[in-house]
This record gives sequence, C-alpha cells and structure tokens, in this order.
Amino acid sequence: MNFESLNEFFAMGGHGLYVWLAYGAGGLVFLYNLAAPKLKRGSLVKRLSQQYRREKASQ
Amino acid sequence: MWEAFKQWFHRWGSPKWFYERSLVWSFWLGWGAMILLPIGIVWGLAFAPQDYQQGNSFRIIYLHVPAAILAQSCYMIMAVAGFVSLVWRMKMADVVLKCAAPIGASFCFLALFTGAVWGKPTWGTWWEWDARLTAMLILLFLYFGVIALEAAIEDKITAGRAAAVLSLVGVVNIPIIKYSVEWWRTLHQPATFKLTEKPDMPVEMWAPLLVMVIGVYCFFGYSLFLRSRNEIIERERRTLWVRELLAKEGKV
Repeated sequence: MNFESLNEFFAMGGHGLYVWLAYGAGGLVFLYNLAAPKLKRGSLVKRLSQQYRREKASQ
Repeated sequence: MWEAFKQWFHRWGSPKWFYERSLVWSFWLGWGAMILLPIGIVWGLAFAPQDYQQGNSFRIIYLHVPAAILAQSCYMIMAVAGFVSLVWRMKMADVVLKCAAPIGASFCFLALFTGAVWGKPTWGTWWEWDARLTAMLILLFLYFGVIALEAAIEDKITAGRAAAVLSLVGVVNIPIIKYSVEWWRTLHQPATFKLTEKPDMPVEMWAPLLVMVIGVYCFFGYSLFLRSRNEIIERERRTLWVRELLAKEGKV
C-alpha cells in the first residue's frame, strides 16, 4: 500500500480533485458502454415482439 | 487448405453463426474485464509507487493510456472492417464497424478528458494546441462523422458504404497520432509502451498499466459484441431464426 490512511488515499497528495475527476469520468464511460447496449436490447425485444404479434393477428 | 479458408471466411458472413459464436466470446471477454479492470484500478490507485516529479496525479495514467490505445485500435478495427465490407460485401463487417464507433468515441473522449485533467497539475493548462492533442481531437471528430453517417442514411447498405469510406480515409490520422510526439516535440511526452523496448519506468508502475490495457481491450470486445447482437437482431428481424430466438426468450 502506498498510502498511510484512507484520508491520505482520497487526498492523493493534494491532487485528489484531478485523480478522482479522471476516474469519475472513466466510471461513466464504462457504465455507458454497459448500459446503452443492455437498455437497447430490452426496447428492441419489446418492439419486435409487438411487431410479430401484430403480424400474427393480421394474418 | 484454400477451401477450408474459404469456408471459414464465409461463416463470418453469416449473422446467425456470428450471433451464436459471439455469445461464447463475450462470456470470456466479460469475465476477463471483470477480473482485470478492478485489479488494475486498485493496483494503480493504491499500490503503485507515486511518481517522483508528478506525485499522485500520475495515477491518471492507468486510465489515460489504455483509453488512448483503445481509441486508436478501435478506429483501426473499423478501417479493416470498412475494407472488408467494401471489397467482399460482408454483412458482419458493416455491423462491427457501426457498433464499434460509439465505443471508440467514448474512449477517445475519455483519453482527451483524462489528458486535460492530468495536464492541469502537470503542465499548468487544461488544453494546448499540441500536435498529439490536436490529432486526438480530430480522431474524436472522425468518430462523430462515422456515427452521424450511420444515423443520417436510412438505407443500411448505403450507410455502411459511406461509413466504410470515412473509416478508411480517416485512418491516415492514426500514424499521425502515433508519430506526432516524435515529429513535433511540443508538449506531450513520448509513448509509454513500445512493442520493441522495455518501458522506461519501474515494473511496479507499468505492470498495473499492462493489466489495465488488456482489461480495457476485453471490455471493448464485450461491449462490441453486446451491441453487435442488437444490431443483428434488428437487421435480421424478418428471418425465422430471430423470431424463434425471441420466442425462446419468452417474449413473444
């Protein structure tokens, strides 16, 4: 461990703002790349299921 | 031998085959990312020694460098996919190109953002029109261009071709990014990793970086296949196998 305490870890030797800002942005980018395709999948399956049902009903 | 190769190549053109195989690939890539990224982040943030000049702000490297490497690799993958799509009219190449673009754009943004946040305490400025920074910004705009083309053109085949051409033309920017630090020595430091030499930092510093780079590649593959499967379902929605697939999921 490079830090003596948790406070020291969060402070990052006075560079805490920069380090945590960068890692916060990183977290958002990873989250976006997970959530966007998973949400899309849900809405896509729903839309196509409705479409298939409509087609079946009109036959 | 040639026949076997041709068969292998043809399978890549099949959306159903690609869909089924990608489930296996993304399973392993997802696990790889889930193990490597937390290890790399904790190692880099808490255990790696601090830089004797930059102190702890240097820990931004563990996001900045993997994001920048990925943003460039992703664009090269798109250029290869564009080439395959233009020459052999392979459907899956179009799908990969389209699905890679938003991921590459997000990591290109991350590389620029973390670079700016790192630049402030290190260089005293968020932004400078340095050669590498500018070339990286152009890469982001190329990504936006591909995304905009895909979104604006209704016909999938025309959209695929336009995106393929832009990917191929834009790839000249990649060697410019790579060599910018050597051609114009303005602000950005030279590469941390080179394929031919040992890194110019102690192993305790570059080992977590290597873990992060591999982890980010795994994550990219995982996310790419998630998106690709959505795109395949959308494009193949009229086929029987997609109907059966969705029926099996109990949604129809």
